[in-house]
Amino acid sequence: MRLGLIIISAIFINNFILSQFLGICPFLGVSKKLDTAVGMSVAVTFVMGLASVICWMIQYYILIPFGIGYLQTIAFILVIAGLVQFVEMVIKKTSPTLYQALGIYLPLITTNCAVLGVAILNINKSYNLIESLVNGVGGGLGFALAIVLFAGVRERLDLAPIPKALDGFPIAMIAASLFSIAFLGFSGLFSGLL
Amino acid sequence: MNLWKDFSNGLLKENPTFRLVLGTCPTLAITTAVFNGIGMGIAATAVLVGSNLIISLIKKGTPNEVRIPIFVIVIATFTTIVEMIIKAYSPALDKSLGLYIPLIVVNCIIIARAEAFAVKNPPLNSIMDGLGMGLGFTVAITIISAVREVLGAGTFFGMQLFGANFEPALIMILPPGGFLVFGLSIAAFNKIMSLRKV
Repeated sequence: MRLGLIIISAIFINNFILSQFLGICPFLGVSKKLDTAVGMSVAVTFVMGLASVICWMIQYYILIPFGIGYLQTIAFILVIAGLVQFVEMVIKKTSPTLYQALGIYLPLITTNCAVLGVAILNINKSYNLIESLVNGVGGGLGFALAIVLFAGVRERLDLAPIPKALDGFPIAMIAASLFSIAFLGFSGLFSGLL
Repeated sequence: MNLWKDFSNGLLKENPTFRLVLGTCPTLAITTAVFNGIGMGIAATAVLVGSNLIISLIKKGTPNEVRIPIFVIVIATFTTIVEMIIKAYSPALDKSLGLYIPLIVVNCIIIARAEAFAVKNPPLNSIMDGLGMGLGFTVAITIISAVREVLGAGTFFGMQLFGANFEPALIMILPPGGFLVFGLSIAAFNKIMSLRKV
């Protein structure tokens, strides 16, 4: 029951992109085409799930027993950087086309705030290991939902006549704003239970 | 002269927020009040200057293949220092920025400047570049947060601006308002810059 609530909350109510503003850079950068958006969200979901689990273990088995909680940021970012390197190698081996398409954005998952954000949020909300995993994967799915839907919108924006000053990022931001209003509709859902 | 050029580069020509569109997450997330905007700006500037200086100093001994992990560790160290200072001296700021203080580590502006500037330039120039970029970022997020706070809460720096009958447009301090104000301010900046050139 609680796990179900966490996953629905991570996907819809506290959507990482549209209501917590984590991971905006890839959201704007990779959402120009639908297929790269799908590839990116699969990679991010995987890294988020894995990072949630590993960072949780580091926090409770290493940082807390040794009383070095203040090293949290440094330890987490190192683990995430390592993980991203690993995912990069796997994608390069299994799908060279996807690797080409993701390009610069793949190493940039390291600096995707959603990954570090979910790891820190799990600790702040004192989730246990399973809940952290569910929150990480749910957050990744929420990221995927937002970025894939948004890529669809942006493919259409390319064809629309747009004033010069608004072309590119500004119009994308305004479209994202309308998206965010739609997701605002989920807020308050289960408010008594969470 | 050259130092001044490095400094002013971040203010207008390559303003990190409006021109390069980097560091968007904090720009959108914490710009609900001017106090937060300035606080975040100063914190990010401190990290940026520190990491630019150190990276510029160690650039000779840094092997090219592992430079990104090294940069990240340097940045993470400065972020931790800034986080501890904020926790010690300004608990109010710590409370309102919350999660976004450790997330300075993944602020793209900082790693982008390390990669694009600090590894190629002497320490003094790197400090100036960090200051300029940091100031550009601070000014940009202060403008955005001023718009959002005035429209969304009817206050400026916590002071009530309008009478008791003023109904603030709550949407401006909610997530959609962040996207909207950011988008429109980039558009306004583009427009102004294009007028300047003519």
